[in-house]
Amino acid sequence: MIFEGGGQGPMAPDPSLNNHHKGDHMERVLLSHGAGGREMVALIERVFLAKYRAPGFTGDDSAILNFGSQALAFTTDSFVVDPIFFPGGDIGRLAVAGTVNDLLTAGARPLALSASFIIEEGFKIATLTAIAASMRQAADEGRVAIVTGDTKVVPKGAADKLFITTAGLGAILKPGVSGAAAVAGDKIILTGSVGDHGTAVMLARENLLQGEAIISDVAPLTELVLALLEAGCEIHAMRDPTRGGIAAALNEIARQSQVSLEIDEARIPVKPGVTAACEALGLEVFQVANEGKMLIFVAPEDAARALDLVKANPYGREARLIGEVKASPPGRVQVRTTIGTARILDMPSGELLPRIC
Amino acid sequence: MKFIDEFRDRELVQNLARRLGQLAWGPATLMEVCGTHTMAAARFGLKTLLPPPVKLISGPGCPVCVTAQEDLDAFLALGRQPHIILASFGDMLRVPGTHTSLERTRAQGADVRVVYSPLDAVDLAKQETAKTVVFFGVGFETTMPATAMAIKLAAAEGLDNFLVFCVHKTMPAALRALLAGGEVRVSGLLLPGHVTTIIGAQAYDFISQEFGVPGAVAGFEPVDMLLGIESLLRQISQGQVFIDNVYPRAVQAQPNPRAQKLLSEVFAPDDAQWRGLGQIPGSGVKIQERYAAFDARARFPEIWAELAPPPPSPCRCGEILRGVLTPKQCPQFDKGCNPSQPLGPCMVSSEGACAAAFRYER
Repeated sequence: MIFEGGGQGPMAPDPSLNNHHKGDHMERVLLSHGAGGREMVALIERVFLAKYRAPGFTGDDSAILNFGSQALAFTTDSFVVDPIFFPGGDIGRLAVAGTVNDLLTAGARPLALSASFIIEEGFKIATLTAIAASMRQAADEGRVAIVTGDTKVVPKGAADKLFITTAGLGAILKPGVSGAAAVAGDKIILTGSVGDHGTAVMLARENLLQGEAIISDVAPLTELVLALLEAGCEIHAMRDPTRGGIAAALNEIARQSQVSLEIDEARIPVKPGVTAACEALGLEVFQVANEGKMLIFVAPEDAARALDLVKANPYGREARLIGEVKASPPGRVQVRTTIGTARILDMPSGELLPRIC
Repeated sequence: MKFIDEFRDRELVQNLARRLGQLAWGPATLMEVCGTHTMAAARFGLKTLLPPPVKLISGPGCPVCVTAQEDLDAFLALGRQPHIILASFGDMLRVPGTHTSLERTRAQGADVRVVYSPLDAVDLAKQETAKTVVFFGVGFETTMPATAMAIKLAAAEGLDNFLVFCVHKTMPAALRALLAGGEVRVSGLLLPGHVTTIIGAQAYDFISQEFGVPGAVAGFEPVDMLLGIESLLRQISQGQVFIDNVYPRAVQAQPNPRAQKLLSEVFAPDDAQWRGLGQIPGSGVKIQERYAAFDARARFPEIWAELAPPPPSPCRCGEILRGVLTPKQCPQFDKGCNPSQPLGPCMVSSEGACAAAFRYER
């Protein structure tokens, strides 16, 4: 017997390790199950959807609830980012922006948020106050109110500093906006550079590439999206490319809508510092998380108008048309590379960067 | 970005591709030895630029992939010792061992940390004084100097809780074994740029001199790789075979003297076990006697005494690494084996041939 048990405190080895070197038959949740890629999709399908798939489930970021003539968007998201303060934002701003942006992807105007806190014993109240102030500022910017919440404190070591869960309600302005509603001919708008948030958090956590000014893009995109909806642009689908980056978001829409996407790599903006960080760390920048970007699928006749509206917003100045939707083969995302060749952009797999949001 | 954009220039790439078409007048099987080349070729769709008679196949240059199953099993067994922290490059986390993987053993309570450099593992040992940190020293000559530096640093600081499980491998001996084996007829070798910054291009002279096979040391951007392929096709068509260096901005004929001094101080040549290639004499290194206090094998001999040889597996990574099989020819590819449920390392390493084919070429 190699393993002798023992070990004290929270890091003590799991006793099941005893059997383990003879072969482990107990399946466990792995960090890669939380990375926003293939493994997470499989876990959700197998564990959660198998037990409570609701009628009308779409796989979108928000559920749609119908009350008479009024349709509501409803969504929730938890935030466990480490570190809780990073260049360009903090866990509070992230918790507001993430949920607001998920409501917007349903073509909804955000109405109200809840905010629940799991706090580790010993957390500084001044820090909590700073995070609350940041949430208020983000909520004002996102034109939404935080109207209810919950507070739990757990013993030291039972949580890491602070976890926040937000839920959001929104009023549907344009029904039918869904990841399943992209159609052949649609143009794809990306509202700005990719990879900023994931690399900023990663570098802050690992103390890497200190000279590079890489700042998270975390922002609520309410005004940017409402401008499109209020102008009556023919938007079919939207997705905020968070965990798994634009690679995951584009693959999700290709599958949900059963269409093929063709993306032009040269048109996707990436900041030089982000490129440098991703090259150094061996990351595919298209798989790195964003928290203030939107992929917008718009009917071709409205594409130019929509792009102009997006560019008029401070968070959309670098927006570009990055590709278009084709009928087949369904479910595939193809990239035209910068050197003029074609390749597949696949759904990410494996643990990319844990605790990025 | 400087030193990247120039080497991804569309016009330059298309011109080079046209030149390859003029040079290729017969079938040629070129092997990219290095996993970074494999991934770059797939990510940039380089194979679609090659003239039809020219095939590019992958070789034994993905360090995670060539790590022997029994070595990974031993490292996993080390993690079951009390008060041990396993420190590894992230690439190794999802590689399946015989019974588990680093990712799964971590979910079961083993303390597994991802590091970006062996020096990070030394820092970890300084912080976690009640535990012993074991760094998994995998990789070729490129990563060996950093491991040597970590061992020297740990010695200088007098750390007694930092160990290295050294399974580093050397590239030239593996290439010799591959060519001598004669299992695959290779018309030319695209040689790894970063390894060669350490060992110097002259380390490959035997390839052309003894085996009559052309070689080109290339960088990792599309233009670099196409220049290397162009050199190989030109050598084949002109019947003049040598080791060309098309990566002169990083590589010289001579080895890097500082790195070599460091390596010889800390490591001594040794035989090594390779996945797919078996035991190759002189293809690895061991930690020198004077640094034995940092050698995990010396500290935990019982781990190796109790280790059982891995059972047979349907995984065909070995043949992929020898260039005998391409990923898509493997009967398990995208069936029994995918990045979520990998049978072997080639499907999960960021430099693995199957991972590259799955991600970019399906």
